[in-house]
Amino acid sequence: MKELLILGAGTAGTIMANRMRRRLDPVQWRIRVVDEHPTHFYQPGFLFLPFGIYEPEDIIRPKRRFMPSGVEYVEARAERIEPENNRVVLGDGRTLPYDVLIVATGTHPVPGQVEGMLGDDWGRRVFEFYTFDGARRLTEHLRQWRGGRLVVHVSEMPIKCPVAPLEFVFLADWWLQTQGLRDRTELVYVTPLSGAFTKPVASRVLGDLLERKRIQVVTDFAVARVDNERHRLVAWDDREVPYDLLVTVPPNFGAEVIERSGLGDEMNFVPTDRHTLQARGHDNIFVLGDATDLPTSKAGSVAHFEAEVLTENLLAFTRHQPLPARFDGHANCFVETGFHKAILLDFNYNLEPVPGRFPLPHLGPLRLLGESRLNHWGKMAFLWMYWHLLLPGRPIPFVRHQMSLAGKQIPAGALKPEMAG
Amino acid sequence: MPETTIAGHTVTVDEEGYLTNPSQWNPDIARALARDLGLELTDAHWKVLEFMRRDFQERGTVPGMRRLNKVGGFATKDLYTLFPDGPIKKAARIAGLPKPTSCV
Repeated sequence: MKELLILGAGTAGTIMANRMRRRLDPVQWRIRVVDEHPTHFYQPGFLFLPFGIYEPEDIIRPKRRFMPSGVEYVEARAERIEPENNRVVLGDGRTLPYDVLIVATGTHPVPGQVEGMLGDDWGRRVFEFYTFDGARRLTEHLRQWRGGRLVVHVSEMPIKCPVAPLEFVFLADWWLQTQGLRDRTELVYVTPLSGAFTKPVASRVLGDLLERKRIQVVTDFAVARVDNERHRLVAWDDREVPYDLLVTVPPNFGAEVIERSGLGDEMNFVPTDRHTLQARGHDNIFVLGDATDLPTSKAGSVAHFEAEVLTENLLAFTRHQPLPARFDGHANCFVETGFHKAILLDFNYNLEPVPGRFPLPHLGPLRLLGESRLNHWGKMAFLWMYWHLLLPGRPIPFVRHQMSLAGKQIPAGALKPEMAG
Repeated sequence: MPETTIAGHTVTVDEEGYLTNPSQWNPDIARALARDLGLELTDAHWKVLEFMRRDFQERGTVPGMRRLNKVGGFATKDLYTLFPDGPIKKAARIAGLPKPTSCV
């Protein structure tokens, strides 16, 4: 019997387990999924906990529930991948052989990578919302907030869901107004980038929005340390940003098993072919989701689109055929802007987010790179789609893995030529 | 792409003055670009520039700070001393590489 082994039962790994179980012959192929944590979090929901939009029970499910019958779920820590032996060694010493390995081990915040971030202020004045516990602690802290200087900060790129810190500051502006605290709160957004976002057209739109919402922006800020005594962020160029409450996005690293296996780059992301999703230098290892080093967003939508490409490529690989499918870097992100509105971004390797309609040209009903209430309700509806369509690997209506140019207003020069693998 | 003459060599540059073709680069150009930024290149600068050019050739992207630390062996503090304010942007410019983007 042949073995398909999947490391990680997050968004990417769960989708692949479901899709491949439907496509691979159960007599010939065993599918096993390894993950050490029992709980699946709807991670986009972490952002909403501090503002009371979601409660914990909305965003928590057991991981096992999303494993279809015919998939063996192994709750264990992956200690080491041994590509030369085609096997994975688990924390308890067991070894699992594979014919094909899918690495879907994700990324996580590592606050210890910034000097002083885990100092006395951590959990008192310094918080993060990229983990369930972090988001809950921040929720409790915000309930005590009576005003002051609230700083939202991105340590360095890349980070998971690069729009989330912007959404946080937009939602904070809205929430503080509903609490009657906005006039007593100075809101500051601190970023290592030269503008609000990584891509120029969207950066201008989002930058205007920050200005209209009276949110101060500090750009090109490369954080050197957190000064806990003076409650300040200090940059390498000696600029300082004081805070009463710091909501930071710590540096994001890939899984430690990648580092232990010598398969990653300097941040433990796996060098991956941009189009086929094959690990560079390892024919029978494929990578998807946040674990890759691909130059696109680390986001659930990306994992979802990659999963469609990877399904075709894996099936071809098992038949010793050339890999037919090409991933185009497609990402689709809702940006909550507060007051029941949101902006939708749709982009790929070659085209940055531009204005337009989605998913249907002219009809929409969603608006690209513009605020609308319907976008917000689209985002809210997505929670249901996530549990019921996305994780089980079922198609999302009208949305294809290849980004569509139809319905987009593309400024001159915005569409870049095809990039090499 | 606009053409310009740096240290007697004709090169193509982008709107912000970064060389668009790394193979047009040479040490004279580097020294001239450094002087524009108010820097006189020392051995310590050259070590950084050479690492960045080599790494770019191998991987096709300008190395980020973590890579300069971990793979290149350069401390962030030292890089800020050598290339004040924006070490990666400045060093990339002097090394004839594209403007670094944190592209996602």
